[in-house]
Amino acid sequence: MSELILPKINKETISKKEYIFKNLAKIINPENVLSHADEIKPYETDALAAYKQTPLAVVMPENTHEVSKILKFCYDENIKVVPRGAGTGLSGGALPLQDAILLSLGKFNKILEIDFENKCVITQPGVTNLSLTHAVQHKGFYYAPDPSSQLACSIGGNVAENSGGVHSLKYGTTTNNILGVEMVMMDGTICRIGGKTLDQEGYDLMGLICGSEGLLGVITEVTAKILKKPQVVKAALIGFSTIEEGGNAATEIISNGIVPAGMEIMDKALIVATDNFSKAGYPRDAELLLIVELDGTESEVDGLLNEVSAICKKNNCSSLKLSSNEKERLSFWAGRKAAFPACGAMAPDYYCMDGSIPRGKLAEALLEIKNLSKKYNLPVANCFHAGDGNLHPLIMYDGGDKEQLRKTEEFGSEILKTCVRLGGVITGEHGVGVEKRELMCEMFNDNDIQQQLDIKSALDVKNLLNPGKVYPILRKCAEEGRVHVHRGEEKFPNLPRF
Amino acid sequence: MSTEEKKNSQIFQDSNKTYYPENEIEVSSIVKELYKKNLPTELIGTGSKSFIGNKIQSANKLSLSKLSGIIEYLPEELYIKVKANTPLEIIEEELEKNNQELAFEPIDFGFIENGKSNKGTIGGYLSCNFAGSRRFKVGSARDHILGFRGVNGKGEIIKSGGTVVKNVTGYDLSKLVTGSFGTLVALTEVVLKVLPKKNLSNTIVIYTEDKKLVKELFEKISSSSSEVSGAVYIPEEPKAANYNCNKERVFKLNDLKSNVPFLALRIEGNKTSINERVKVLTDELELNKLNISMLDVYQSVPFWKKVNNLEIFAETKNNLLRAVIPPSKGNELMQKLENKYKYYIDWCGSLYWIEVQSKKNMKIIEIKKLIKELGGYLTIIKTSPDYDYEETIFTIDETRLLISEKIKKSFDPRRVFNPGRMYRGI
Repeated sequence: MSELILPKINKETISKKEYIFKNLAKIINPENVLSHADEIKPYETDALAAYKQTPLAVVMPENTHEVSKILKFCYDENIKVVPRGAGTGLSGGALPLQDAILLSLGKFNKILEIDFENKCVITQPGVTNLSLTHAVQHKGFYYAPDPSSQLACSIGGNVAENSGGVHSLKYGTTTNNILGVEMVMMDGTICRIGGKTLDQEGYDLMGLICGSEGLLGVITEVTAKILKKPQVVKAALIGFSTIEEGGNAATEIISNGIVPAGMEIMDKALIVATDNFSKAGYPRDAELLLIVELDGTESEVDGLLNEVSAICKKNNCSSLKLSSNEKERLSFWAGRKAAFPACGAMAPDYYCMDGSIPRGKLAEALLEIKNLSKKYNLPVANCFHAGDGNLHPLIMYDGGDKEQLRKTEEFGSEILKTCVRLGGVITGEHGVGVEKRELMCEMFNDNDIQQQLDIKSALDVKNLLNPGKVYPILRKCAEEGRVHVHRGEEKFPNLPRF
Repeated sequence: MSTEEKKNSQIFQDSNKTYYPENEIEVSSIVKELYKKNLPTELIGTGSKSFIGNKIQSANKLSLSKLSGIIEYLPEELYIKVKANTPLEIIEEELEKNNQELAFEPIDFGFIENGKSNKGTIGGYLSCNFAGSRRFKVGSARDHILGFRGVNGKGEIIKSGGTVVKNVTGYDLSKLVTGSFGTLVALTEVVLKVLPKKNLSNTIVIYTEDKKLVKELFEKISSSSSEVSGAVYIPEEPKAANYNCNKERVFKLNDLKSNVPFLALRIEGNKTSINERVKVLTDELELNKLNISMLDVYQSVPFWKKVNNLEIFAETKNNLLRAVIPPSKGNELMQKLENKYKYYIDWCGSLYWIEVQSKKNMKIIEIKKLIKELGGYLTIIKTSPDYDYEETIFTIDETRLLISEKIKKSFDPRRVFNPGRMYRGI
């Protein structure tokens, strides 16, 4: 994609790579140290595939002790380490560095204990999000956070990114749904935080680690909370002929004291795209589609659906359908869940943004995005987790056209700035990674960022763990406000460009 | 010398005093001075919870009580932004107008201190991160803070988070400062998630002294999809001297036999959904086989208020411990406490409030050891006047202590804020 400034390469590390490989092969099973170009190729990117970097080597430890020894070795030898879960992250948080070891937690793929009595599952971090639910659903339980990549994304990655999903308003994100973690610090120290109890005493280290994007420690075990499935779940599919009316209905649902389990909005472009793609039976003439999911007891859900229907009718909805059975409810979601592939089918590439805004600003945000779409002459489709204010505009472009690529990035960055202007934030659930690093200055000033960097250097003195992510490399916000930095090039003339 | 510097130099001539900044900038400039002069300082709101934690040896106090008031409340966006030292009561009253609430059910610690309500400020409350009876269903205080502004130990104004529920922009410092007992940041502004209040509440009371059954019932309640939002067990009070027997007086309600041990569970919602849930629970808990009574909304609401506010321990002069364990270990702990200590169990079997008579430090050490063995943690919330502080107030292991020290240093390198309040060296 565009030029990206990465931390200064440590030439000494590169020059002693044979020594490093040899030592790593002593620490762990040599078969788990990958250094041949063919072997490490699959690891050169995560789901933000536009950025690619070949790591020095990929190591795949099999237990916490090995992770600790690897990190201790790297700490002593000043070698950078980039941790990686399933590699499904959308912000480049697991982007390798040329002079760094890529630490894959892929072999941490076992569920260690299912404890129904204490309502938790102890799992290794490489286990996928959905596997947790699969492991407990026979007794009617599930793990609440459900990021759309839940089939593939790992629970360790979820902790690192504090992943959400479509049910976050009612059930929270990862940070609200885990009880404990085991992690290894950059100097090799193994630390256990929390356990099978609610809350913890002392500083909320779990709150700090959750969403720290692999910069503070490597997660080696997670104790996740499980919930009993609700008695009844039903959904409503509602079309509106104007964006304002649909947005107002969503806001009114919340202000009437209803907390939906999920509430999703799609704009016209996405309604048509997803309906073409998945034949979901969506109202194709609607400007805006609202899916509201409610859970609870039978009469409670029916009562709430009546209230939701009344609010939508009051706001002049153009169509309204209530799910009459589970099959129909799932069909309501089928289109929404196909949003990304549907956009993929419409253009060679799409760029998914991830801002959060106050719910009431939706119409304003969509209008602004529409104008920007005209300005950049790039089509965009929008989906919005209306329950929690998380907006995902999908910009469609042709990655083969460098100029379009540049315009896409600029478009995306303007959308996120709009989110901040409307009282929101630059990332709701995908993380900052390398993608939105420079936009941190839109939200935070030097003091704010310095405090975060101070925490980073307190826990990772040599700045070896996942450096170059989350925080602008040039640090001072006044120096760097955009993705395309000019002065930066002068400051680091020897940095690689790709 | 600038006007500001002159003002500060006047302020700091007196090295043993309480400062009352009126806004964030003043907090910042005072803390800058304290930092420069290396002066350890106690942060206070209204002092309602100042009895919790270790005593602080500092001559200076920084009162944040003037930073009070609601800044922005958007009911439809489900958040309220307030100055950090806004009295909790004012926030609750404002939310009530829109039929909303702080779902984590803040505890009124005034009752255990002197028998009267004294809720204190939101900043003080967040600094302790203690959630009420609804915790096991909706999360703790830390799960309801969306963002903050404050001043770190160097006097720098910092912020984190925002007003939206989904936000992964940078480290989540809001959670870190919640429960930090004022050792990291002097909070100036906080944003809280608010939720709609449920229309009605009913309570099922099950009379039993069979501890095995109590544990089984907690297990069944937490495995139910009936969204029970409160579950406590209140055993008999030991007849030993020095324990105030409050139970019968506190829980004087028409449909509650408060002179015998009971387990109570709360169901909230509208009338039909409560009825539906009670029906499901009747089967799940086999209520027909048990001795039960029902509290209607007029009794249910005051009952939970009294439970939540620890009124059963009102005005205690003894030590009060707060222990959290994995619920599966309930039998071991109940066995240890039975007939010897005054206690009750909240959070559906997770949280134990235990009163230990004064001069019984050895007993506290014993209980603490057991709690640790059971995989839990213990905090001494209130100490008796003759408590000798040989046992630490909070529990922590060495690795976490080391990490905590580093974090403390990154916020407050000279240990200006509340030194030693939580742990030595922090």
